[in-house]
Amino acid sequence: MNRLVLNKVVLVLSTLSAFIGIGFLFWILITLAYKGMAGLSFSLFTKDLVEGGIRNLLVGQFTMALMATAIAVPLGVMAGIYLREYGEESKMTSVIRNLSDVMTSAPSIVIGVFVFALLVEPFGTFNGWAGVVALAIMMVPIIIGTTDNMLALVPKELREAGIALGGSKKQVILQIVLKAAKVGVTTGILLSFARIIGETAPLLFTSANNQFFSMDLTDQFPSLTVSIYNLATYPDEASRQLAWSAAFVLTAIVLFINLVGRYVTRHKQ
Amino acid sequence: MEKQDFKAVMEVKDLFFTYPGVSEPTLKKNNLTIYKNKITALIGPSGCGKSTLLRAMNRIHDLYPGCEYKGKIDFLNPQSGKMENLLELRKENELIGLRQRVGMIFQRPTPFPMSIYDNVAYGLKLSGLKNKSELDGRVEKALKDAAIWKEAKDRLKDSALGLSGGQQQRLCIARSVALKPEVLLFDEPTSALDPISTSAIEELITELKKDITVVIVTHNMQQASRLSDYTTFMYLGDIIEFNKTEKIFVNPSVKLTEEYITGRFG
Repeated sequence: MNRLVLNKVVLVLSTLSAFIGIGFLFWILITLAYKGMAGLSFSLFTKDLVEGGIRNLLVGQFTMALMATAIAVPLGVMAGIYLREYGEESKMTSVIRNLSDVMTSAPSIVIGVFVFALLVEPFGTFNGWAGVVALAIMMVPIIIGTTDNMLALVPKELREAGIALGGSKKQVILQIVLKAAKVGVTTGILLSFARIIGETAPLLFTSANNQFFSMDLTDQFPSLTVSIYNLATYPDEASRQLAWSAAFVLTAIVLFINLVGRYVTRHKQ
Repeated sequence: MEKQDFKAVMEVKDLFFTYPGVSEPTLKKNNLTIYKNKITALIGPSGCGKSTLLRAMNRIHDLYPGCEYKGKIDFLNPQSGKMENLLELRKENELIGLRQRVGMIFQRPTPFPMSIYDNVAYGLKLSGLKNKSELDGRVEKALKDAAIWKEAKDRLKDSALGLSGGQQQRLCIARSVALKPEVLLFDEPTSALDPISTSAIEELITELKKDITVVIVTHNMQQASRLSDYTTFMYLGDIIEFNKTEKIFVNPSVKLTEEYITGRFG
């Protein structure tokens, strides 16, 4: 009798917890959709921030995120390959692996401040490159981690089979092992992209913001996230509405990338 | 042992082998001759060193640094007719050359994540073969030799991962055979397969010995007696007995061999 009651209690409690968790998530999403969609219009995507649109912000955000990806992917993937395939005997491996794990959870504002000291202060101006570097620094450890873990899942027999057919270690890693881990590594890159596309803190002191359309990475650079932060603090209704709409668009983008990432993992393996 | 009129392809002489971080050698003073175009089976209980010995023959141990060899494994150079110690090879390209001559099939099938065609062509491309029509010919020949051509010919461009376990194993054999190796090493090639796939592989191995010398590690004593011409019984890193298979199975000279074969231990 007792254990049946206990079973019911645990069931009710865990269901309740699940609903509370999901409830808050949906509350956020619904509020965002409700408030954000009110300001959605075609001109939102064709006008720049000065005219009350988000075109330059979207372009700016994606430019910086894509540039950061271009820097972080080769670095992260190669470092992951080193850790799993070459560094086995080296004492440095576990040090690098642990450091990289710590970096994954480093507060993004700290990275922002670090890059400020490195690339903003010396040049005397906020600039897009600093934003790119800050985002890349956030991405690298995530990509190292997923690459490392995905390579670990490739059975050692596959490497041995490649070696036994007369492949060199380098050929086997690049042509067989990486191919076998391709889906996982790609998903890791996609999810790390989704992670940085919504970041504000690393951009706040680095690229700052720009009201105008700009592709000049040596100057202040427009971004969606910093704009949302700024707009939300303005007193006027129009700015706040724009912040809601921008937040809604950003959330939709992040959600979409995450869904694609999950879809790829599920259907390619 | 009876007088041999067969040609030796490989001669293991006083071989000691030690894994990194282990004080005791895993193989202790092993002596063994592998005869040309014969099938030699390595049998013995788990941990006796039979896979370790097999893996020394193509130096795949060297993938993991710190392994130590002592002694010799002489390998026949078909051009000069002389025996050359394969443990003296140092450079990566020398080892690659060795592995092109001594192929290996693993316990679990190891198809690469690419098409059936590319799986077989992979080793050939590594060895420098680029001509498309020659590649096509070699791939087809290898798939025929490995008795998988019929099942594979209409799906050469499909992923090899879609094949059944037995088909994957035959594909792996095709992949090795394509390189025209002198010796093929099988490390328990059927222990992950069902009985029907197993007999297909066994038939294939028997067929292969026309052109290739075979060494096979097996846990299955019936398999050793069915397939092999010579059998080596190993125990705790020692070679206890090496002789013609019928001799080992009918009238072994060492008591330990008899006890293992009759299933009294192992």
